[in-house]
Amino acid sequence: MSAAVRTEHRPGIFQMLKIARYVVSDILRNRFILAYLLFLLVISMSFFNLESDPVKGMMSLLNIVLIVLPLVSIVFATIHLYNSYEFIELMLAQPLRRIDIILGEYFGVAISLCAAFCTGVGLPILLYDSSIHGATLLISGILLTLAFVSLAFLATVLSRDKSKGIGTALLLWFFSTILYDGIILMGMFAFSDYPLEKAVMFLAFLNPVDLTRIAMLLQLDTAALMGYTGALFQHFFGSALGVSLSFLAMLLWIFIPLWLAVLIFRKKDI
Amino acid sequence: MKELCLLPALLFVVQLLPARSWDVNPHTGLQHIISQAKPFDTILVHEGVYREGGITIDKPLVLIGDARPVIDGEHKYQPISIRSSHVYMSGFRIVNCGITSLDDIAGIKIYNAREVYVSDNILDDNYFGIYLSNCVHCYVSGNYMTAHSSVEHNSGNGVHAWKCDSLVIQNNNMQGHRDGIYLEFATNSYIAYNHCEKNIRYGLHFMFSHNNTYAHNSFINNGAGVAVMYTRNVTMVHNVFAENRGGASYALLLKDIQSSYMADNIFRQNTIGIFMEGCTRSLLERNEFRQNGWAIKVQASCENNQFRHNNFFANTFDISTNNQLVFNVFDSNYWDKYEGYDLDRNRAGDVPYHPVSLFAMVSDQMPYAMLFWRSFTVLLLDRAEKVIPSLSPDRLRDNSPLMKPYDSVRSGQ
Repeated sequence: MSAAVRTEHRPGIFQMLKIARYVVSDILRNRFILAYLLFLLVISMSFFNLESDPVKGMMSLLNIVLIVLPLVSIVFATIHLYNSYEFIELMLAQPLRRIDIILGEYFGVAISLCAAFCTGVGLPILLYDSSIHGATLLISGILLTLAFVSLAFLATVLSRDKSKGIGTALLLWFFSTILYDGIILMGMFAFSDYPLEKAVMFLAFLNPVDLTRIAMLLQLDTAALMGYTGALFQHFFGSALGVSLSFLAMLLWIFIPLWLAVLIFRKKDI
Repeated sequence: MKELCLLPALLFVVQLLPARSWDVNPHTGLQHIISQAKPFDTILVHEGVYREGGITIDKPLVLIGDARPVIDGEHKYQPISIRSSHVYMSGFRIVNCGITSLDDIAGIKIYNAREVYVSDNILDDNYFGIYLSNCVHCYVSGNYMTAHSSVEHNSGNGVHAWKCDSLVIQNNNMQGHRDGIYLEFATNSYIAYNHCEKNIRYGLHFMFSHNNTYAHNSFINNGAGVAVMYTRNVTMVHNVFAENRGGASYALLLKDIQSSYMADNIFRQNTIGIFMEGCTRSLLERNEFRQNGWAIKVQASCENNQFRHNNFFANTFDISTNNQLVFNVFDSNYWDKYEGYDLDRNRAGDVPYHPVSLFAMVSDQMPYAMLFWRSFTVLLLDRAEKVIPSLSPDRLRDNSPLMKPYDSVRSGQ
């Protein structure tokens, strides 16, 4: 009784952090995150070692970040959340706010995935190419991880059924990494007679993977982007306005799914 | 090097004659002394600012600046006009020539002369820097030229040569002019160790200038790079072309160039490394292309060119072309994107390499498709095209791509 009263009076953020800390230690115990870290480390080390030019290593690394990072983030977060369903039920029996529970879970998962990414990719970058390219890759990788963990939480709270939730998560990943660009490219071919520069730029904002890719494109293919209408992209995405808009769009990609997940979770009949 | 013997020969001639030497300071006036001097006299020009309108040198003289005297054109006159052969001029600072559209006014203008030697001068804020008109065997070296105009039509060229032969242009530095070096009908010349940076239009620009050699020059961050046109027998070796970027920018434009030789040049971080149009019977070898947008764009009008032993590193696109037929030979180049194998250990890959990627063709037609470069979908499409070429020209290929970058030292070149 006294313990319950005490927790009642403490601000929610402490409880959230406490839950997050517990989640992190729980995740570290199941070793998957270590395997992920090791995988990233080995892959990035070998890329930088195999390619004579660190820029080329960075290009190969970008592909990993664009494909593997979203996949691991979304699938891992979904499975984790389903597996800790009983734990969440237990927490709900305690005098805790639901928002603190789900945010605690979110931060726990996000912190462990980001830490794995920062160590696995950040360390080799620091060793081989600690330039502005590297910093961009790291920051956009972290933002991308956060966005996909948010999407995973949304997919999870939408359905009680584990297989359905994972299916939704995989679909989201497949859509944003492969399908989306394919559809836009098809559209571009179909309407190639029209000036589509602005429309294409706008459409890129609707996909967090594209935003990450373009941020890196500006670093790695500056020379090519300066040609023709590429200069338009360069001027927009390279300008302070473009950078802040892209950053804002990424933040929206993190906050909106998470916020929706929180809303649904608060009203959800567990 | 026939031209290099010029200076000793000139000095020898000067010593033979009973020449006297004159001392000039701003009070005595330079033009006055020049009119009094006899041919082949030496004039030592002392420190100070000389504002005498335009100074004309109309007889063979040796002019030496002591402590860098300033010849000021006051934004109205042409500071130095050389209208005689056998003039030696060195150690001056020449500033503020006027701007006129009727007459190509220059810091130093040389008219119809032979064996004029202009060296070690600083030229600042001039319309044209050094202008050679109808000159033979002239030597321009060690001059430092800067101009500050921001628009093309208000600025002239650093070194401008019209209807000249056997020039040596060496060790000069040009900045902020329209073209760093401009040659028109200038033949049999040697242009070396010059540095052209941040010029408004081209670093180097020449037309109808046959049989010239360009060596060890660097052309960095100029408006549209280097443009060379309508010329045959061009030799370009050991030059650096870097950071020429923009919508209509290329490191090197080869337009209607014949029987030329480009070797050991470095192309770094340009939008387009080499843009070839109507270029025929040329050999490009041992060049290095690094981090360019398009390393080489070969238009359909090019034929019988040979590309061998070039190294391609980290370019966005290696080669792009605008038609299916290919009349050029790519052989034994190193492509960092090559993924073949070498079973017989002859250092050349066993599978041909197709340097034109599908997306290079696509982005040629739809430039805004560039925004999707490096997308996984595009990567898949490119991969599929590599396996079964349908859109990209199948015949444009390197049959023996090198497994390791071509190393001219190890290969005994």
